[in-house]
Amino acid sequence: MGAGKKEEKKIKPRLKIREQDPQERARNFMEVPYGYTSGEAVEEASRCLCCKKPVCVEGCPVEVDIPGFIGLIKERKFLDACYKVKEKNALPAVCGRVCPQEIQCESLCILGKKGEPVAIGNLERFVADYEREKGEIRIPEKPKPTGRKVAIIGSGPGGLTCAADLIKSGHQVTLFEALHKPGGVLIYGIPEFRLPKAIVEKEVEYIKNLGVELKLNTVIGKLNTVDELLNEQGYDACFIVTGAGLPIFMGIPGENLNGIYSANEFLTRANLMKAYLFPEYDTPIKIGKKVAVFGGGNVAMDSARVALRLGAEKVYLIYRRSEAEMPARKAEVHHAHEEGIEFVFLTNPTRFIDDGKGNVCGVECIKMELGEPDQSGRRRPIPIKGSEFQIEIDVAIPALGTRSNPLLLSTLPDLKLNKSGYIVAEEDTGMTSKMGVFAGGDIVTGSATVILAMGAGRKAANAINEYLKWKYWDVKIKGKQEIGN
Amino acid sequence: MFAILKKEELSEQITLFEIEAKDIAKKAKAGNFFVLKIHEQGERIPLTIADFDRGKGTITAVFQKVGKTTHHLGTLKEGDFITDIIGPLGRHSPIENFGKVICVGGGVGIAPIYPITRALKEAGNKVISIIGARTKSILFWEEKMRNVSDELIITTDDGSYGRKAVVTVPIEEILKEDKDIKLVIAIGPAIMMKFVCITTQKYNVKTIVSLNSTMVDGTGMCGACRVEVGGETKFACVDGPEFDGHKVNFDLLMARQRMYPEEEKIAMDRYKEKMEV
Repeated sequence: MGAGKKEEKKIKPRLKIREQDPQERARNFMEVPYGYTSGEAVEEASRCLCCKKPVCVEGCPVEVDIPGFIGLIKERKFLDACYKVKEKNALPAVCGRVCPQEIQCESLCILGKKGEPVAIGNLERFVADYEREKGEIRIPEKPKPTGRKVAIIGSGPGGLTCAADLIKSGHQVTLFEALHKPGGVLIYGIPEFRLPKAIVEKEVEYIKNLGVELKLNTVIGKLNTVDELLNEQGYDACFIVTGAGLPIFMGIPGENLNGIYSANEFLTRANLMKAYLFPEYDTPIKIGKKVAVFGGGNVAMDSARVALRLGAEKVYLIYRRSEAEMPARKAEVHHAHEEGIEFVFLTNPTRFIDDGKGNVCGVECIKMELGEPDQSGRRRPIPIKGSEFQIEIDVAIPALGTRSNPLLLSTLPDLKLNKSGYIVAEEDTGMTSKMGVFAGGDIVTGSATVILAMGAGRKAANAINEYLKWKYWDVKIKGKQEIGN
Repeated sequence: MFAILKKEELSEQITLFEIEAKDIAKKAKAGNFFVLKIHEQGERIPLTIADFDRGKGTITAVFQKVGKTTHHLGTLKEGDFITDIIGPLGRHSPIENFGKVICVGGGVGIAPIYPITRALKEAGNKVISIIGARTKSILFWEEKMRNVSDELIITTDDGSYGRKAVVTVPIEEILKEDKDIKLVIAIGPAIMMKFVCITTQKYNVKTIVSLNSTMVDGTGMCGACRVEVGGETKFACVDGPEFDGHKVNFDLLMARQRMYPEEEKIAMDRYKEKMEV
């Protein structure tokens, strides 16, 4: 780049994305950020130095050619920019919206050292939206069929990514989905205002157009076992990417009172079943006046903001550590603050209070203080004796993560699981203890992010490609850390 | 899309559908359930697989018209389609030769107890069946139940057919007389199952019940169906739906079944209005 020395010192500030007014959006389900216009996208793209050795790419679990696509935006070749992203990422409209860029690509951007990093996520979103709105979705040429068949169990981000990769390699791919709609957490979990469902549907349609067969309402483990897929139905390999498992409850008194939802249930009702449109849609949801959400992750933020949009007067987000330890994406925490969610830090629930008719009417909490760091490196919260106090609520939503779902795994006695019941798989390949069976995403790592599941889908697709060539199985799983090959 | 091949009105409020679902029929076992959703805007509701025919590739659903969804379901005709059917779900019944057993079906619960009764009979058990209903006009499957039982007792609350009694009366009589009863399986309204369990506990006879809690996904993901069994929270969809009845907190189950009274009324009123127009 021929930029003068003077200009290099002054880093232009990052172009802010325009957003719906916080007061207004707190009562509707429309998307929060509007997205860049093409002019804005070019302006923001012009900040990118297009480094020769782009470190940002190292921060991307699916290795999108970031300077490559941003360079094309600079030249106003928006469609080409989108195709460039799609070479590595089949779900750009999703990733542009939900990836934690601040700890991935953007955290490594050179500009971030002295100023603000390039808004890679916003730009990715822009090109994906541009392509979709122009209706010029390009389907790559069909590769030569290999005659191999792969079963992918779970149509969430990990499954979709793996399917897109494998179909491009010429294999026949079937995606099995237990729910009545494809997309996994993108459909049932992440709310409309953060990820419009029409966009997810488009991205899934793209993957179907690539030639992937999608089987909905198909609960593998019940309708068919993995062994049946491999031995009777002619599949050569299987990728298990079933995602989040059973929601974790706190084990405190009163947690089964009416009005207490797991975040999974609350979000599934609202998002997948569209309970926010009740009675237009049949699925009901309790609209709390005063709602408490427990947890500090993205799912907790989503739940709190859905509760607000449903019409709650007051939404508390109760977290046992302090704001600094919250694992949620920064933008979501910021949005939640703006919309008026009340954060109650260093506080943990101890019991729920019954109104005498089986409904929750309050929660007793205890104040916490931070002690020494624990295994996760975060300071361990310790209850302060005698600090109990009560909050009046009528809906409570524990968002404390999930544990392994035994439904499928109990039908795979020869598959090695770890102590927590998750599948043991090689980190770089997804290979498991069972020949021909690969695994990735939350069912291997426990609750994580969309993009990490996509990364696992990518790695598994590469490994499945290799496996289908040689049908050779050499796994070195001892600890989870040990990587094979 | 799943076609309704046969429709039969079993009583005023209870309807039977035979639904084409080849793959599910192939894997269904006594005690399994499935989840259905009628149309795009519909809710997901669980129904027990009341019967299945692997040859024909069908499953049988029996449902009582109580809320909007079941009323709507009742208007579907032979040849109509149901958008989504997911199953078979839940753990199936533990079928073995226990010796002498009592199978109890109350109200619409007669449907799910039938395949279990049949399986127990086929496994070599001596089966005493008790079916009960509020009144004669809502009783069904007498002959079917008789064919798979060594003895069949019928009760109605109002005495319009069979014995005028609730099901716990003959259960208690049998348990008092016969010390050989190894197992009682009871399916019906929560209140009936609760009192069956109170009765059998006195005689220390193991009792299995099938819990009909509210569900959304039915695969363990949401936890809507959580119940308390032996002081622990369990998910009816993946840990059940059958549990040791003596450990179930029925009062909690009943409270949770009444979670949406206002919403159910709104949905029902709206539906009625629509049907009248």
